[in-house]
Amino acid sequence: MELVAIFISAILINNFVLHYFLGICPFLGVSKKIDSALSMGLAVTFVMTITAVVSWVINHWILMPHGLDYLQIVSFILVIASLVQLVEMFIRKISPPLYQALGIYLPLITTNCAIFFLALMAALRNYGFVQSVIFGFGSGLGFTLAIILMAGIREQLEMADVPEPFKGAAITLIVAGIMALAFFGFSGMIK
Amino acid sequence: MDLLLPLITMGTLGFLFSLGLVFAYKKLRVYEDPKIEKVAELLPQTNCGACGYAGCRAFAEAVVKGETTPNSCPVGDEESVKQIAETLGITAAEVIKKMARLHCRGTHEAAKDRGTYFGISTCDAAHLIGGNKQCSYGCLHFGDCARACPFDAIYMSEEGLPVVIEDKCTACGKCVEACSRNLFELHPTSQEVIVFCRSLDRGAVSKKVCKNSCIACGICSRACPEAIVIENNLAIITDYKKIDPEKIPDIEKCPTEAIGRLKKEDEG
Repeated sequence: MELVAIFISAILINNFVLHYFLGICPFLGVSKKIDSALSMGLAVTFVMTITAVVSWVINHWILMPHGLDYLQIVSFILVIASLVQLVEMFIRKISPPLYQALGIYLPLITTNCAIFFLALMAALRNYGFVQSVIFGFGSGLGFTLAIILMAGIREQLEMADVPEPFKGAAITLIVAGIMALAFFGFSGMIK
Repeated sequence: MDLLLPLITMGTLGFLFSLGLVFAYKKLRVYEDPKIEKVAELLPQTNCGACGYAGCRAFAEAVVKGETTPNSCPVGDEESVKQIAETLGITAAEVIKKMARLHCRGTHEAAKDRGTYFGISTCDAAHLIGGNKQCSYGCLHFGDCARACPFDAIYMSEEGLPVVIEDKCTACGKCVEACSRNLFELHPTSQEVIVFCRSLDRGAVSKKVCKNSCIACGICSRACPEAIVIENNLAIITDYKKIDPEKIPDIEKCPTEAIGRLKKEDEG
């Protein structure tokens, strides 16, 4: 039951993008088309899940037994950076158009605060291995959900008659704000 | 000892991860011809798509593969084509500089209005209801071409017609597509004589609706029969190369100025 709570909480209630305002950069940058938004979401989900696994292993098997907790930040950065490199190589190999579409936002996952937040939060909340993985996977899905919703709205916005001063970044940020407001309705459902 | 443990830990972790990446790189490496990068740098980077490829990068890949030739990029100038050819070790074909030319002289003054148009101010919209001018072949004056031009090479003159600035025009062909009435064509810049009308109406009709329309009188085709013919009430230049420069003054005797060389006000 607790695992389900963590999972649902990570997707809907404490959605990384719309509740904590983490990972806004790819959320705004790659949300023009549903296709590339979905790919970005899946890439982030993959990195998040593997980060949760690897950082838990490093944290619990290497750092904590030796009292090296203060190395958490450095070692998590190492994990995330290597994973993103791996994902980048993989995407470049299997789909060059996707690689082009994601552009600079793909390597930017490295410095994505959402993933770093995940690793630190899992350590801070003292999650067990399974909990960490569920938390990571759920958070990734939450990010994917948010970015796809955003892309859907933005695709519709292309056709909309947006007033001149609101075109571009302005209307995108307003949409993000309204979405955050909508997701606020979930808050407090699970502590 | 307090210092050694974290050092060893981080060092080992770093080493393991880099080892993993090296291994992954060997498996997942994508070989890319370094020439593609060089050619892409020499291209204009406008990504206009005029060459028929998705963008400058795709064009560079095609050139390196030999699918197309460096001078197929209509935007690039002679210098860049030469450099690309040198990079690839092939000889460059000659580049003929082209630009977009408007085949209409129906200014606000010359072409009569059909009524007052209150609709959406784009050519496409006006064209749907038959246009705001009595002439159903000529320019609609709403500047869809100027908005479509990615190089700011077209502006709307006070007389109402689009003016192409030769220095800025790259012959990408966006205006040719944008014009609802297909009044633009790409011509070599060296080519002087052009028919400035597309009206297929009979002379009597077209003269009534526009002062500068071709009335198919045949003065030009008689002056230069090997290159100009009258077809469907319109003068058509069949072969631009056959126009004898000495005959140009005779061709320009056109009573409605619907054929001839570009005038000062036509050029930007």
